[in-house]
Amino acid sequence: MINERITPQAGKAASKQIDKQIGDDFITVEGLGKTFSENRMFGSSGSAVRAVDGASFTVRRGETLALVGESGCGKSTLGRLLLRLIEASEGEVTVDGTKLMELSTGDMRNMRAKMQMIFQDPYGSLSPRRSISQIISEPLEVFGMVQSSRQRRERVAELLSQVGLSPTFMDRYPRQFSGGQRQRIGIARAISVNPQFIVADEPVSALDVSVQAQIVNLMQDLQQSRGFSYLFIAHDLSVVRHIADRVAVMYLGRIVEIGPKARIYNAPSHPYTQALLSAVPEPDPETRRARIILKGDVPNPANVPKGCSFHTRCPIAQDICRVERPKLAETEQEHLAACHFAKPMPIPVA
Amino acid sequence: MTEAPVLVHAQPTAAAIRPLLKVEKLSVEFGPKASPIRVVNGVSFEVDAGGSVGIVGESGSGKSITSLAVMGLIPSPPGRIVEGRVEFEGTNLLELQKSRLPDIRGRDIAMIFQEPMSSLNPVMTIGDQIGEAIKLHEKMSREQRRERIVELLKLVGIPNPEGRLGAYPHQFSGGMRQRVMIAMAVACNPKLLIADEPTTALDVTIQAQVLELMHKVRRTLNTSILLISHDLGVIADVCERVVVMYAGRVVEEADVKSIFRTPSHPYTRGLLQSIPRLNDERTRLYQIPGSVPLAGTVKKGCPFVARCPDRIGRCAEEMPPMFAVSKSQRAACWVTAGAAAAASLGINEGATA
Repeated sequence: MINERITPQAGKAASKQIDKQIGDDFITVEGLGKTFSENRMFGSSGSAVRAVDGASFTVRRGETLALVGESGCGKSTLGRLLLRLIEASEGEVTVDGTKLMELSTGDMRNMRAKMQMIFQDPYGSLSPRRSISQIISEPLEVFGMVQSSRQRRERVAELLSQVGLSPTFMDRYPRQFSGGQRQRIGIARAISVNPQFIVADEPVSALDVSVQAQIVNLMQDLQQSRGFSYLFIAHDLSVVRHIADRVAVMYLGRIVEIGPKARIYNAPSHPYTQALLSAVPEPDPETRRARIILKGDVPNPANVPKGCSFHTRCPIAQDICRVERPKLAETEQEHLAACHFAKPMPIPVA
Repeated sequence: MTEAPVLVHAQPTAAAIRPLLKVEKLSVEFGPKASPIRVVNGVSFEVDAGGSVGIVGESGSGKSITSLAVMGLIPSPPGRIVEGRVEFEGTNLLELQKSRLPDIRGRDIAMIFQEPMSSLNPVMTIGDQIGEAIKLHEKMSREQRRERIVELLKLVGIPNPEGRLGAYPHQFSGGMRQRVMIAMAVACNPKLLIADEPTTALDVTIQAQVLELMHKVRRTLNTSILLISHDLGVIADVCERVVVMYAGRVVEEADVKSIFRTPSHPYTRGLLQSIPRLNDERTRLYQIPGSVPLAGTVKKGCPFVARCPDRIGRCAEEMPPMFAVSKSQRAACWVTAGAAAAASLGINEGATA
């Protein structure tokens, strides 16, 4: 394993504040959906799973939109739909004025120079047989952004230093690096083509706490210097609080609440968001928040409850919730919740 | 601080109550004997009867290996316990005959793991699996056993327990499986429940349910808990005392309030500062520079020295012993010890690795 250089300033960066420039809408998603049909054995047709259902939102230039939810809620699928790594069943994604669904495979490939991805598993997402320099420069070569091997090595060296790794690591292999270092390599690969938008799918959830903080800070620094947007997919609401500008909460394939970070954390309006926030154990033995303990488990996504899909676990469900699906409606400017009884409720710290 | 620092092994007042579990200078090595890798190094801690102790640390800290060693579950080879004692109610489990260990394990000490699916037998019904644990340790008629199983499933909050006896693990969700694991673990009213990352694989709303259940088990059965976790939130929720491990060693040990209010080892402080919090407006997180050293690569000195903001010359040379910071808090740090009272400290027997 290779030890990182330890700079005396690294620990002191905490006080630095970030000012971001957030611009106009860069990505517009309208009615995006994906149905996976389950093929059973012996040819009988299986049930269909609506992994993502009617997702509509925008991502602005320079902004971080976090997508949160529990396992199986469709957040990773939605991230992949945006990059057309999975083909959508319906809906449209417009990136900088271009309608993605209308692009040919070749045009879509070129589009991916603008849209990159960072994966969760720093062990599984880097090929063990390729050197760091090959891994990082692959997108550069695909898009013809480097002409000579000297230029390639210069660019890789520059990228490595931007993600806090020594350029001398260039000819080594992924196995020689720790999880945090591998995630830095994955980030270097993603930013190599100067993308304007990055989908980061649980980029820090496989990392230890001390390393997680390093990666979160690095991602914010890069965004600030390069001005790209993130779709930050995560299940950890505490991490999201530190990186997001806006937050979208998903449950069973649908966005149930979306809004500016301050609203989602201080005035969550959907009972599911309230329960999620209240369930996070606080790293402080003396402040225990009043937990909203949800009944039971998330229903099988192949058999989503009728009406509001959350009604089976909702502490405030009424008759109407069992029959009529609530629409995502504005509760305050830019803050939308899909609940018949949406009401802002700060989570009390008892 | 008015109190004079006391050396660790002096044992101030706790002598009166004998702990349920006492781990002393436990060391575990892996790999060939010629070039062993020490993954747990001189670990000592205690769990009082009815108490709850958390071991917190990042990957490679040795926390899971410590818990496996207590259960006598270190795979050997390649692993071996090279020194130390694991006393349970006064008996050293490490010297116990192999044939007697299963008596204690499962009855007096039970364990639950991170992955409920891989710990359950996929081809055995839930009822039979829980029943097996009871059959091994307690004499009961079939009817009594069935009643007991239903009662256990009820305790852990499985709806319609009678109807679920014949169900198989794959028919349960992750959270339900972890409940079944807990039911199995507490089937014989163990005195100690060791839980290794019991909620790590679970979603946050399900985690909240399982944590609630662990509180309930403790309340109703008076089971002591040894919880292994990387999540300081979970530790703060469940534990009364906390042991912080780093690179195979205990670096700090204290009551839960002191750990979170007045952490005294620089690693504990760094860890607490670097965790993102829900109620925190900061946009940047504190980061501990560098990364955890690989197991067995620290040959001398404090394992945290390369990342420590407070290091002094001595730290790279000599492993600090545990110094008492207060009555209920101890830390292995030269700087902390120096700050507490520079003059009167001698070197105790645990000073060098």
